[in-house]
Amino acid sequence: MKILVPVKRVIDANIRVRVKDDHSGVETANIKMAINPFCEIAVEEALRLKEKGSAEEIIIVSVGPAKCIETIRNGLAMGANRGIHVLCDNSPEPLALAKILKMIVERESVGLVLLGKQSIDDDNNQTGQMLAALLGWPLGSYISSIAVNDKGFEIVREIDSGLERLQLTAPAIMTADLRLNEPRYASLPNIMQAKKKPIEELTPIDLGIDITPRVQTIEVHEPPAREAGIMVSGASELVDKLKNEAKVI
Amino acid sequence: MRVLVIAECEKGLLVPATLNTITAAQQIGSEIDVLIAGHDCSVLVDSLSKVAGLAKVLCCEHPDFENHITENLAVLIQSISGNYSHVMAAATTFGKALIPYAGALCDVQAISDISEVVDADTFVRPIYAGNALATVKSSDSLKMITVRATSFELTITEGGNAKVENVQSTGANENLQFIEQMLSLSERPELTSAKVVISGGRGMKDGENFKMLESLADKMGGAVGASRAAVDAGFVPNDYQVGQTGKVVAPDLYIAVGISGAIQHLAGMKDSKVIVAINTDEDAPIFQVSDYGWNEDLFTAIPDLTNALES
Repeated sequence: MKILVPVKRVIDANIRVRVKDDHSGVETANIKMAINPFCEIAVEEALRLKEKGSAEEIIIVSVGPAKCIETIRNGLAMGANRGIHVLCDNSPEPLALAKILKMIVERESVGLVLLGKQSIDDDNNQTGQMLAALLGWPLGSYISSIAVNDKGFEIVREIDSGLERLQLTAPAIMTADLRLNEPRYASLPNIMQAKKKPIEELTPIDLGIDITPRVQTIEVHEPPAREAGIMVSGASELVDKLKNEAKVI
Repeated sequence: MRVLVIAECEKGLLVPATLNTITAAQQIGSEIDVLIAGHDCSVLVDSLSKVAGLAKVLCCEHPDFENHITENLAVLIQSISGNYSHVMAAATTFGKALIPYAGALCDVQAISDISEVVDADTFVRPIYAGNALATVKSSDSLKMITVRATSFELTITEGGNAKVENVQSTGANENLQFIEQMLSLSERPELTSAKVVISGGRGMKDGENFKMLESLADKMGGAVGASRAAVDAGFVPNDYQVGQTGKVVAPDLYIAVGISGAIQHLAGMKDSKVIVAINTDEDAPIFQVSDYGWNEDLFTAIPDLTNALES
């Protein structure tokens, strides 16, 4: 089985984002970028499936500007076999992205697509669901475990009220939640080796996909700031404030 | 504008976020239908038909929908979407999985987690864990939207007289079998709708210590939550998690215990009416967003607070 893992390049999770003065978006110039944490979890899970003998090849794909190559190399340094970079000026919307991924899935005849459940920039949480819908493959969203079996995959999903166990017939789409695994660090030799692994370059036009946005961002603002309040020095003072000042108990 | 709201039910009860979603729908259009799909959902049909201002309650009672499988419900939504300008669901794990799936079936770029309706095409939604708010405008003729429940009031559940209509199942996806649900059973109020939420972080040290928070929560009629750090450390299950990738809560009172206040956590609770932070680290970022800070060891503070509430 081949596993396809789409990865996104995002502002590093530890950076505090700042809205641009012209309100057109958030500042990304000279800001540290990283692989989206959920995508990294998806890469790790693919590697574990390969190490267990359930997969032969792991392909990393990223769709976006030239620098996305770094994010693909990140996945290759963790241990994936090869990369595909679909070059375009900006990250496409989830629907267009899902259409691009569908073309790649069909070209490469993969048996499993493992994605992160959401990217931490747009917080859309859509691409995996959309890809499943376009391919007509079963979806395991927000998964915290995968077991490969004769028919496909038994997965556990994290839902609001607890956990849910499903059997998916292969081929399938899965989106990784936080607790699926803890990603490994790439070792220096592997980072060096990753530089030699092949990365194929494509464009949305090569794949016949129109990536014109359907949703326009009109403006981006900072949320209203919350002011720090007062410090209390004991339980009775706190209870008094909550009862008589805030009136919430 | 004709809006379809997808109702969510669990254990035979309506998930309250459905009622917040109806409020958001009412800000978009005047004609609102609700679709409820499930097994044995007739009780909910009655109560939904009394919700003020609904035109129709569409009911699809069929075993195909017993387990609320995304694939099955998305195909049903697609089959009736031609009658609507907007399809909406709450941004719960149910809605977050469902709406993009149904969106792709209808060739619609879905809009996730809206916190404000500007007009029928334009919405505000948090991005970057709520550190920025984006105003976005959709050019799709059909809008498919998930709604941040805490940003909208609950709608009025009385006085309505919606027509009830049955719809046929569009079938079940055979490539997927439901095995079981392992639900967290709790007598306490549900995290996202509780008036008081008490959350613990890494400072709790282990899962056993969450019992202190539970007894405090019981005294206050509240729910217990946790930061991602506490969940990652295995102190409590994931469904306790409040934050960007967990649940978004906005109770009247949020008490953060031993939580430093990572951006990721603040994203899930900073719209709470009143925030109390208890932490030994006086520089913890949580104090910058709290109305009442208490720089104290939680193992002293929580028993003290529990006692103070008793007297």
